[in-house]
Amino acid sequence: MQNHPVYTDNDPQTELSTLNLGPTHPATHGVFQNVLQLDGERIVSGVSTIGYIHRAFEKIAEHRPFYQITPLTDRLNYCSSPINNMGWHMTVEKLLGIKTPKRVDYLRVIIMELARISDHLICNSILAVDAGALTGFTYIIQSREHIYEIYEEICGTRLTTNIGRIGGFERNFNHIAFEKIHKFLKTFQAQLKEFEALFNRNRIFIDRTRDVACVSAETALSYSWSGPLLRAAGVDYDVRAMEPYSSYEDFEFEVPVGENGDVFSRFLVRNEEMWQSVRLIEQALAKIEKEPSDIFHADVPDFYLPPKEDVYNNMEALIYHFKIVMGEIPAPATEVYHAVEGANGELGFYLVNDGGRSPYRLHFRRPSFINYQMYASMSRGMLLSDAIINMSSLNVIAGELDA
Amino acid sequence: MGKLTNAEVLEKISDKFHDLVVLVGEPSGLLTLETNREQIINVLSWLKNEPVLQFVYLTDITAIHYPELEKPIGVIYHLHSLVNNVRLRLKVFLSDDDVHIPTATVLWNGANWMERETFDFFGVIFDGHPDLRRILNVDDLEAYPMRKEYPLEDPNRVDKKDYFFGR
Repeated sequence: MQNHPVYTDNDPQTELSTLNLGPTHPATHGVFQNVLQLDGERIVSGVSTIGYIHRAFEKIAEHRPFYQITPLTDRLNYCSSPINNMGWHMTVEKLLGIKTPKRVDYLRVIIMELARISDHLICNSILAVDAGALTGFTYIIQSREHIYEIYEEICGTRLTTNIGRIGGFERNFNHIAFEKIHKFLKTFQAQLKEFEALFNRNRIFIDRTRDVACVSAETALSYSWSGPLLRAAGVDYDVRAMEPYSSYEDFEFEVPVGENGDVFSRFLVRNEEMWQSVRLIEQALAKIEKEPSDIFHADVPDFYLPPKEDVYNNMEALIYHFKIVMGEIPAPATEVYHAVEGANGELGFYLVNDGGRSPYRLHFRRPSFINYQMYASMSRGMLLSDAIINMSSLNVIAGELDA
Repeated sequence: MGKLTNAEVLEKISDKFHDLVVLVGEPSGLLTLETNREQIINVLSWLKNEPVLQFVYLTDITAIHYPELEKPIGVIYHLHSLVNNVRLRLKVFLSDDDVHIPTATVLWNGANWMERETFDFFGVIFDGHPDLRRILNVDDLEAYPMRKEYPLEDPNRVDKKDYFFGR
């Protein structure tokens, strides 16, 4: 709250200085404002101000039919939009009682795990950049590019993907997409190995990150932290394991858990999660082989948009198309909460429907918003440079923070 | 899968609170209960500290607005028992002229911003909250924008009326 320098007395040795870190500061990635009181390089107190890119998604969503809300979810955590898209589709499917075929679930797992990798890649490599090591970033960033190329093959876009539809995907994965996924798995594992070799036992990096911003399991739970941050603090809560969605129960994977909740454990947890994601994608690819290759959506004409050729040539498809576009689908008046394991934690959708064409109320449980609230208080007593890498390791995405 | 079923959770709660906590239903398998604001902190703190239930994780706090109801503002808590893997939804409805409810920050630090967001969008006043200010909207906004009477866009617009679309 204190926006002005505090003068304790006239002695410059004891005078505190005020630093406006943000809203747009080169050391923070995204629009974050923190007004810090500094005693030399040490932070005495800080106040976070958020909301600079608030776009009122919850209000907009109350005026849109379900399928038009997917592009809004893209813009929450835009480093891993497909997870948000899938989370939203699964929420609506839960509301409508749609059961998706196994192949759709597995395809979703592939996409969601690719998204998790791309998100963790950005977080971990940028964390290293903020600690002064640019090399890792330059090696690993091409892997994200490969992931974006896979998205492009599947849905045509790269960042704000709007991937999939309620009930499945808008089109089947073509053979180029599968080739790209296979190729990615090969090159990525080598690159991740290289990346880990650069940092996991790097003395300078460890000295820089270990015991910085330690958070105990109790504190993390009390602040409702989730995702890699909570797991780094030692709590093995992963939505994929606890409440499996999209057939995660068919897969074998481990939930990595850290020891002391510092920046270094978060880094290690994220690296290990990328290996687990690779495992999941490999298993999903193997499972897909056994499923009929032409199925890419559930057979629910009431809710799934028919292909455009059919709309123009087929009366029935035209009727369904019209009804879905006008939002006249038989949706029950009830409420659902559906959570997915987003790259930053538990991404929840609380959807209340009154039987109308758009949600009566939609609330996003945004992990970045909830994870970030400890930032100001945990920065107290920290060095400014530590607070910067702490923010990188929280992986707060401004779009998800402000909704 | 969870070790406790909804019925067991409900039984434990009604043994303790009798008719102070009312069952609303189980939409999509998520136990939903309603209580009043005098009881809410009691209920939350009992749920959190009860040795079997252990609803230690506050997933979310939000609100909903039903303008036609006698008590139009509903505050909604989502809790999660990580040990038993059970979720629980608690609702408290408040009347329009008295939108006060005690804060849950005494139980969870994480409730701070969730309550600020709820205040910002619905005008729910959390008594005892350490820093109840707007969080996402500008400070000098006078309305509570997620209430139903607040229009999304200019209400005088005529090109989006329902009758153009046959509704």
